[in-house]
Amino acid sequence: MNNRLLCAALLWLPVFASSAAVTKVSEHVLGNGLKVLVKEDHRSPVAVSQVWYKVGSSYEPGGITGISHMLEHMMFKGTDKHAPGEFSRIVAENGGEENAFTGEDYTAYFQTMEASRLAVSFELEADRMRNLHLLADELKKELQVVTEERRMRTDDNPQAKMQEHFAAMAYTNSPYRNPVIGWPSDIENYKVEDLQAWYQRWYAPNNATLVVVGDVEPKAVFALAEKYFGPLKCVGCAERSEAHQHQSANASDALRTSAHPTVLKPQTEVEQLGVRKMTVKLPAKLPYLVMGYKVPVLKTAPHEWEAYALEVLAGVLDGGSSARLESGLVRGKQIAVSVGASYGLTSRLPTLFTLEATPAEGKTVWNLESALKDEITKLQINLVDSDELQRIKAQVLAKAVYERDSNFYQAMQIGMLETVGLSWKVVDEYVDKINQVTAEQVRNVARKYLIEDKLSVAYLEPLPITGNITETKTTKGVR
Amino acid sequence: MRIHLLSFMLLASLFCNPAEAAAKIEHWQTPQGSRVYYVQIPPSPPFTKGGIEQRAEPVSPFEKGGRGDLPMVDIQVAFDAGSARDGYQFGLSALTSALLDTGAGQWNADDIAQRFESVGAQFSSSISIDMASVSLRSLTDKPLFDKALETMQVILTSPSFNEADFQREKNRTLAGLKQQEESPAELASIAYYKALYGDHPYGHPASGEIVTVSGFEVADLRSFYQKYYVAANAMVVIVGDLSREQAEHTAEMLVSGLPVGQKPEPLPEVVMPVKAGMQHIEFPSSQTHVLVGMPGTYRKDPDYFTLYVGNHILGGGGLVSKLFEEVREKRGLAYSASSSFAPMFRKGPFTISLQTRNDQTGQALDVLNKTLADFIAQGPTEAELIAAKKNITGGFAMRFDTNKELASYVSMIGFYEMPQDYLDTFQQNVEKVTAASIKDVFKRRVDPQLMQTITVGGSDKKSEK
Repeated sequence: MNNRLLCAALLWLPVFASSAAVTKVSEHVLGNGLKVLVKEDHRSPVAVSQVWYKVGSSYEPGGITGISHMLEHMMFKGTDKHAPGEFSRIVAENGGEENAFTGEDYTAYFQTMEASRLAVSFELEADRMRNLHLLADELKKELQVVTEERRMRTDDNPQAKMQEHFAAMAYTNSPYRNPVIGWPSDIENYKVEDLQAWYQRWYAPNNATLVVVGDVEPKAVFALAEKYFGPLKCVGCAERSEAHQHQSANASDALRTSAHPTVLKPQTEVEQLGVRKMTVKLPAKLPYLVMGYKVPVLKTAPHEWEAYALEVLAGVLDGGSSARLESGLVRGKQIAVSVGASYGLTSRLPTLFTLEATPAEGKTVWNLESALKDEITKLQINLVDSDELQRIKAQVLAKAVYERDSNFYQAMQIGMLETVGLSWKVVDEYVDKINQVTAEQVRNVARKYLIEDKLSVAYLEPLPITGNITETKTTKGVR
Repeated sequence: MRIHLLSFMLLASLFCNPAEAAAKIEHWQTPQGSRVYYVQIPPSPPFTKGGIEQRAEPVSPFEKGGRGDLPMVDIQVAFDAGSARDGYQFGLSALTSALLDTGAGQWNADDIAQRFESVGAQFSSSISIDMASVSLRSLTDKPLFDKALETMQVILTSPSFNEADFQREKNRTLAGLKQQEESPAELASIAYYKALYGDHPYGHPASGEIVTVSGFEVADLRSFYQKYYVAANAMVVIVGDLSREQAEHTAEMLVSGLPVGQKPEPLPEVVMPVKAGMQHIEFPSSQTHVLVGMPGTYRKDPDYFTLYVGNHILGGGGLVSKLFEEVREKRGLAYSASSSFAPMFRKGPFTISLQTRNDQTGQALDVLNKTLADFIAQGPTEAELIAAKKNITGGFAMRFDTNKELASYVSMIGFYEMPQDYLDTFQQNVEKVTAASIKDVFKRRVDPQLMQTITVGGSDKKSEK
């Protein structure tokens, strides 16, 4: 592992699956609209608790990109009840681990603790769901922290920086064109009022999902959730529910289903009208290639099977060391030192099927581009072998077992699916749906979606890394 | 990767109730002298249409906890053959490990990959500074498992080391080494180990250097393999849904084809630096990466738990620690600021790290050094100690609540030949630590006069807006 290039996955690709016979999720919706999902796993006396909000970078308008992530940081900065930092101290004293993460389609917070301490986590999360203090002084410091985070993750990492530019080119008007962490000038200019407005708009029980996986009993979890989260007000429903008393029963149903606090504009990506290419020049040592085809996801595909067929197609190309890319380009032709393909079928909006590669010494990104296109062409002409399909299905089945080793991962799957507007039931269906994919379907999606006019390509052109390599300020330690 | 061994330390737990043993680790030796460590995690009775099937055998206390409902197993075979055994051929251990699954017995790399992947098994080979290992995660359904196990066994006992595979993997390693040079974090780490360890086997990068790797020939790999991948130097870890009998058979099968050979001589002691050092590497990045530290603690160190708990307070406790508070929470100087002890066979590094905007490097270093100096001078408060103990012991159950984490933990115990009740006594050992003992041990073991400081970034302030 240490001595190889790691394939940086362009998009976070959750490979989720679980054996239908075993998965059992209990569901309960509180009066204020908070959905609670519980999965029992009694292997260890612990539980993970996650609160998922339906908000992320793809919800953000121009000028405040990254604000979901900034708010995620500010969520640790105190409430009416708790001073800044106290949240983390309480979790720590209870033996807990905690953190939070922001993606394009979600913002999520989690604690892992001994199952008997679930109430500690609920009390704190319920408190900060509605009672956050957003203070200018705290924001000023945390802005610096986020700027350092951006420098570390993106600005000083050539491949990450290139991927940021690539997404901004590949998407025309989809919000997926913006980085999750935000553009630098947007980060610099957040105001407390921006964060306050963002918090008020999205942080409410009726825009959240609470997921608990571990050594718990669903009814007890529901009761505990009722106790701590139950008193929180449903946002945008109060006036309505008063109003609906004067209206018909039909209207009241409609109100309940439109309990979402705010309506999100669709921002549907316009059709791409031809191949797009860009060169990114950066101080770096190795060239790098990224290609992306516009593809649908489970939520947007005209036929559901198309998304699963794209998933299988990704497996044909990159589902392990025996898959076509590693076998053909790294070992066979030896034109790549690393290569990968990735697709995620569970995003909220249409996405990219991406290919990425680093050329071997003496080879170029154009050699790679042409070799990768040959691989796509093969998929469009020939049917994949039954051996390949069999291998992918075996891997999916095995992963469904391995994934159950981790409560955290199981909770991630459930929370993410709910938050993008799919259902946790997708986890149960996954193995079956993959099993149903045929070689013809894989060829069909290759022909329909992996076409030149829907392609974007970016080349990283390394610039020399300048500066004195080593300069010793003072004498090195002598031993 | 280098300091990942620390995480093994954090993996400690109990499954059923606190009165029972944390994990029942069974240990034996194969006839060839390989040590075997095994934890059985049997599956729950299968569900059938008619309800729960009857079982002939009594249900073990482990099953009562319900832990075992997964028909899978994690297997690792490890050797004292990490990068510390490279000699002057830096990167030899890593490249030898990378070659293993590119050809073995009658199979080429494609055959091997297909054999594993067709049964959904996951195989990998890897190295750290102390250890080289091959790992397998497989379903335990017999035909699937047998195929995966046989493949692993052939890889271990009959790797081909073909010239063509060697050239390709060597070129990939060289590309990776080149790419390291675009990362200020990697450059800092390489310089840091060199500053701490000099010519000691811990002093060079595990993946080697361009100049050393360029000179390798396939015969070098073959002789490294022949010397170190031997039964007397092997340890087998098995965690999962195999019976004791199956585990014995599995371990025997994996290592019986290896020559007995011998254990290598223990690594030399680390020579401590005699004075502080500071080195700056100019790099066109917007942040400067800062590493400060010195050789710290080793696995069997009697001071280990005191250092561990003390460091938890200083900078090891995630979102709650003195360093995190001073550097990030109070001043917003960095995204991450932490400290760690990485215990190894010999003294692994004690490291404080942060990354900050180039022009505030000096300020961040001042805060870092003052936080450390204050901690050494004053030790923790009673309240800080209690909070740390509550975090460590209260979270004990989560430290290895997955088979994967448990397997890493068993591997650490086995590889370093730690006491077998290590898990059971972990919490007691943490509870025994006092504020006075932390103050004392940090005074003795962490000396600001010996600290090595590495900075990698841009010193020209104009380069940063």
